[in-house]
Amino acid sequence: MIEIENATKTFGSGDAAFTALSDVSVTIANNEFFTLLGPSGCGKTTLLRLIAGFEPPTMGAIKLDGKDITRLPPNQRPVNTVFQSYALFPHMSVAQNIAFGLQMQGKSKSEVAATVDEMLRLVRMEPMRDRRTSEISGGQQQRVALARALAPHPEVLLLDEPLSALDLKLRKEMQIELKRLQHETGITFVFVTHDQEEALTMSDRVAVMSAGKILQIGRPRDIYESPAERFVANFIGESNFLNATLSGETVTLAAGGDYAVKRPDGVHDGTVSVLVRPEHIGLSANGSGLPATIENVVYSGEATVAHLALSSGEEIKARFSNAPNGDGALPGKGTHVSLALAPGAITVLRD
Amino acid sequence: MVEATTTQVEQSAAKPRPKRGPKGYSLRTLPGFTFVALFTMIVLYAPISILVIFSFNEGDSLAIWEGFSLQWYAKAAANEQVQEAAIRSLYLAFIASTIGTIAATMAALATTRTRRFTGKTMIYALINQPLMVPEIVTAVALLIVFAAIKVATGHNSMIYLIVAHTAFCIPFAYLPIRARLETMDNSLETAARDLYASAWQTFRMVTLPNMWPGIIAGMMLSFVISLDTVVITEFVKSAGQDTLPTYMLGQLRRVVTPEVNAISTVILFSGAILVALFFRLTQRKG
Amino acid sequence: MADTHAYRSGELEQEAELADTRQRWLLSLPAVVIIMLFAAGPLLVMVVYSFLTPGDFGNVKWEFSLDGWKNTLVQRDIFDDTLMWADAHLSIFWRSFSLSVITTVLTLIFGLPTAWFIATQPPGRREIWLFLVTVPFWSNLLVRTIAIQELIRNEGVINLVLLKIGIITEPIQMMFTDFAIAFGMTYVYLPLMVLPIYAAIEKLDFRLVEAAHDLYASRMAAFWQVILPLIKPGIIAGSILVFIPSLGAYVTPRVLGGGKNLMFGNLIELQFGAGRNWPLGAALSLMLMAAVMVALIYYVRVTSREKADG
Repeated sequence: MIEIENATKTFGSGDAAFTALSDVSVTIANNEFFTLLGPSGCGKTTLLRLIAGFEPPTMGAIKLDGKDITRLPPNQRPVNTVFQSYALFPHMSVAQNIAFGLQMQGKSKSEVAATVDEMLRLVRMEPMRDRRTSEISGGQQQRVALARALAPHPEVLLLDEPLSALDLKLRKEMQIELKRLQHETGITFVFVTHDQEEALTMSDRVAVMSAGKILQIGRPRDIYESPAERFVANFIGESNFLNATLSGETVTLAAGGDYAVKRPDGVHDGTVSVLVRPEHIGLSANGSGLPATIENVVYSGEATVAHLALSSGEEIKARFSNAPNGDGALPGKGTHVSLALAPGAITVLRD
Repeated sequence: MVEATTTQVEQSAAKPRPKRGPKGYSLRTLPGFTFVALFTMIVLYAPISILVIFSFNEGDSLAIWEGFSLQWYAKAAANEQVQEAAIRSLYLAFIASTIGTIAATMAALATTRTRRFTGKTMIYALINQPLMVPEIVTAVALLIVFAAIKVATGHNSMIYLIVAHTAFCIPFAYLPIRARLETMDNSLETAARDLYASAWQTFRMVTLPNMWPGIIAGMMLSFVISLDTVVITEFVKSAGQDTLPTYMLGQLRRVVTPEVNAISTVILFSGAILVALFFRLTQRKG
Repeated sequence: MADTHAYRSGELEQEAELADTRQRWLLSLPAVVIIMLFAAGPLLVMVVYSFLTPGDFGNVKWEFSLDGWKNTLVQRDIFDDTLMWADAHLSIFWRSFSLSVITTVLTLIFGLPTAWFIATQPPGRREIWLFLVTVPFWSNLLVRTIAIQELIRNEGVINLVLLKIGIITEPIQMMFTDFAIAFGMTYVYLPLMVLPIYAAIEKLDFRLVEAAHDLYASRMAAFWQVILPLIKPGIIAGSILVFIPSLGAYVTPRVLGGGKNLMFGNLIELQFGAGRNWPLGAALSLMLMAAVMVALIYYVRVTSREKADG
């Protein structure tokens, strides 16, 4: 279990001071696949480096299983890292790279050999074991980096955007691989990425970060469906933001219509922003619902997205899965339609 | 006026244009330059070539060719003073470059790939100091200090030459090592620390294997520099402690025979080989 | 809920920084100590010695005196004890300065076209030419000076050839003249001028030259108006790289100039040999060092300004 308590990290001083992390606290459970998600510069990599021990925090503490490790140098923490650039030792072979951590721990030759074999099998790199790391492909290097970090069987594995250099298909394969590895080894994974789809696919829990702070922590489903604030909603998935007035448990859209909502804590009656996901919007069968005009229809393989204008002047996007044979295709530009919102489609945002 | 022209020209250059002018008119040749350049190159090599050629002279003139002979090489090799001086030069160069390279390696590790730290500029200036001061000035300063020590202790061994050469070698070893280190980013060392390596293990297993070419290059450069150093050696040595260059300097006062040429040729070629190796080592991006 | 922590703000960072700095100082120690003791430190001792009195048989007497410094410029007439300019010294200073300037100019005249030629070679051949220019530079200074000596001696190749052809009837006295020193230093320091100019030409954007031609410039006009201003930093760098060693030259003037045409370095040596005036020698050395430092500072200023301008 990792506990980060009020971690703050500033770089530089005076006018050039830059706060990478601002009073961040989070608890990561054992055997969890935990993702730090955010745009570049949000502090996620800094937080990772704090856990690894490459930087001391300006303020705050890091605890592992209740023990304070803030003062420990990286080579005394049972935490290993998969670097974004892999950082494989170019003068060593694949097997030698994987063996490195074990040798530094002082394990016996036979134990090292056995673990290296096991790791090579785990990431399916046995035929490459004696190759120089500069002679293998990017995807293979990534697997070696993974094996090298897993070999010493650490308590925590940190992954710093490890998939960002891979092409799409390989990425998707590796996402499944990583999930499987985490399950098999039972090691806590802390994964850093800026790709929200990746985060939603792989994680047990996600922490959304921005500008040095954690905005929301939760399961992927919770983050997606109940984003705490506008930034989170915007960063994850596609969003429509509409103006509305909140009164009790009912919200009246500026574009018209009353809808029942769950009222989040700390929000008062009055003007609010609400979120509606594009896939929760449909065409009303019987003509009742939100009046809208189709402005544009965009086909993209598995779905069609309709850009519509509401009577309030706001624009929204609605997303429809495409049926085979083009049945149920959308009407064209300029058509007036009525939109039906799925029950619970409206989320009130907290800012 | 010149500035205005240059700006005008820069604006004109910003438009895309073909790379060549009309055929036969190369924009890269300037009248007379090629002639002067080739002439200079010839003049650069002529004196040395003549020196080398006449080292093989049958006669004892430095200008009248009387046939091919290796006699001067034989004479030089048999000359006891030459033998002593040569051995002393090599011995000195070896010790000075070894110690100097070790010290330079440590200093390079301390001053490269790092943010500013207190005293960094001072250390850097100190290490490069021998390069910034004319050799005669250093030589004289050492003469003064060592004279005082010699008077006080009566001690007259090679140690003075050794320490003088070592100090002089350090910056020459430092530069290639530093250059090599700067091409290596920190990520490998960070990975090693992440994988439980201690500071010494990180150095031995990750930094050093990648630094080797720079260290060897530094050692070779300082070796050559020590071999070639005349001024400092001349002022620091005691009687009878000649190195090859100081021996030759002394010989110039007497009747000059092609024996000097023979020794010079050997020095030239051994130096050239070492320097060529040095360049091979520093060019490889491995 | 987190309560008060054991760590003050920035405490761990400061600790880490201190430990890091300490480690770096330890690593630098051998090099620093060696150089302080046997390169930089002795310079300070020399400053002290410049304020002492010459001993009777060389070395010094530990009595304070400003004569060492005074004698660099002035001397006492032995007959009537008046102070007059030390002509010998002043002429040596002048010779050192002027010969260094001449050497710089000569290396520029021959070095610039050479650098241009090499830089405009196709990429494969360029390295070979560069190597050829650098090799003499790396060979022993003394050997190169000896090569020049053997060339210009009265019995040397040049005189022999000229005599044989019949242009002259007696050998031209070239050795032991200022000409010999200038010739020797030019020969020896030429590569130092070529390399920085080469570097500057390599960075030159040749499209600017093409543009100049497009605007009706002749080749030489393009050279003076466009190329030269742009490679000026390289020229300045090369000039200083030649000027500084020329000023402090010892071997070349000694071999080629003999005992009569002294330069700064030889004058300094004299004080520790037959001259037996160590304080004067120390003062002269410090003067030389100061002159070199001034040139170096100027060099650093010019090259850093060049970097700033990009």
